[in-house]
Amino acid sequence: MNINATLLGQTIMFIMFVWFCMRFVWPPIMQVLTARKQVIADGLAAGERGKHELELASRRATEGMHEAKQKAADVIALAEKRATQIIEEAKDHAKEEGDRLVAGAKAEIEQEVHRAKESLRQQVADLAIAGAEKILRREIDAKVHAELLTSIKSEL
Amino acid sequence: MSAETLTSSEYIRHHLQNLTFGQLSDGSLGIARSAEQAKEMGFWAINLDTMFFSFALGVLFLFFFARAAQKASAGVPNGLQNFVEWIIEFIDTSVRGSFTARNDMVAPLALTIFAWILLMNLMDLLPIDYLPLIAHAAGIPFLKVVPTTDPNATFGMSIGVFVLVVYYSIKMKGLGGFVGELTLQPFGKFGMPANIFLEGVNLIAKPISLALRLFGNMYAGEMIFILIALMGASWASVSFGSTLLFGSQIVLSLGWAIFHILIVTLQAFIFMTLTVVYLDMAHQEHH
Repeated sequence: MNINATLLGQTIMFIMFVWFCMRFVWPPIMQVLTARKQVIADGLAAGERGKHELELASRRATEGMHEAKQKAADVIALAEKRATQIIEEAKDHAKEEGDRLVAGAKAEIEQEVHRAKESLRQQVADLAIAGAEKILRREIDAKVHAELLTSIKSEL
Repeated sequence: MSAETLTSSEYIRHHLQNLTFGQLSDGSLGIARSAEQAKEMGFWAINLDTMFFSFALGVLFLFFFARAAQKASAGVPNGLQNFVEWIIEFIDTSVRGSFTARNDMVAPLALTIFAWILLMNLMDLLPIDYLPLIAHAAGIPFLKVVPTTDPNATFGMSIGVFVLVVYYSIKMKGLGGFVGELTLQPFGKFGMPANIFLEGVNLIAKPISLALRLFGNMYAGEMIFILIALMGASWASVSFGSTLLFGSQIVLSLGWAIFHILIVTLQAFIFMTLTVVYLDMAHQEHH
């Protein structure tokens, strides 16, 4: 329990230890702690940013979906309209075609009727002439009365 | 128990004797065989046990911390790094709490003081007779395993702290400011003798109180361990009284050791905090 040179030894040892600690222990660990704080802060910030971005993306996705739905509805409406239109057009077309066919048929019938009338007229004229010929064979020259016959034929 | 061949007072004295190396009265160098011989050696003697244990513990502390510092990374810390960082953050927080100026030396100083004193104090929790018995078997007559129960160790540290306090007082305030602080407060220049006396006592009291507080606490704790050990040592024969004493030694040393963990940590913390406070005062212009 005497005070002796141990005192000096202890003081020197103490100074050595403090110096060593100050030089090799404290700064690297403090540096690491600061670096880790930065890493954690960065990580938290990144997380926050990610969360924000996710929110934005999900909002964008919802908007896109909404828009797509709208577009699809538009397309469907348009298609329906177009279908109706096409049906209408087809109906019109069909009607027109039918009308045309009917008209054609009618014209043909008329033509046929005309032709039949023509041929009937010809036959009647021929019959009349034949009849007249028979009656007038001897006394009437066909060549002389041809003009008269023609005028009668046109009147039939 | 080595006390079986010794009387109680011899046992106690044996435990309180350092392994002192120096010049014996016959002029040769050697180890003191008794307290009287150690006293005769005067100042130029060295307590080998105090030096050895404090050095070993300081190296142990610095070895682990330097290893952790070397391998430290900002990633996920492993066990040792985690432990070291935990202590360093604790020291850093308490230094920031009581030290207001800027000085990169104070925090490492506080860490060294805390860890070193804590380790030295913890030697007190080793069973009191184990290491001295082993040393005795190896031919070493005395061994005090707790360096902080040697006033040389506590005064050695507090003198180091005192030198720093004076150094930073002069560095921050100038020599004139430091001398002025000693001579012109608190009564002005006409009360100079009283000022010098009061401030001088104030200044000198810092290292002395630091050293004596730690020494006193650890010495008293060690003494109580010794006294508890004596209870079991008084085992004489298989009787009710002896068995009771032996049993109470076990119970009491366990209880005192558990309580002592608190004192050990508290004293290390107090030494550190007061050092930081004294250095803070040295950095302040007016206190």
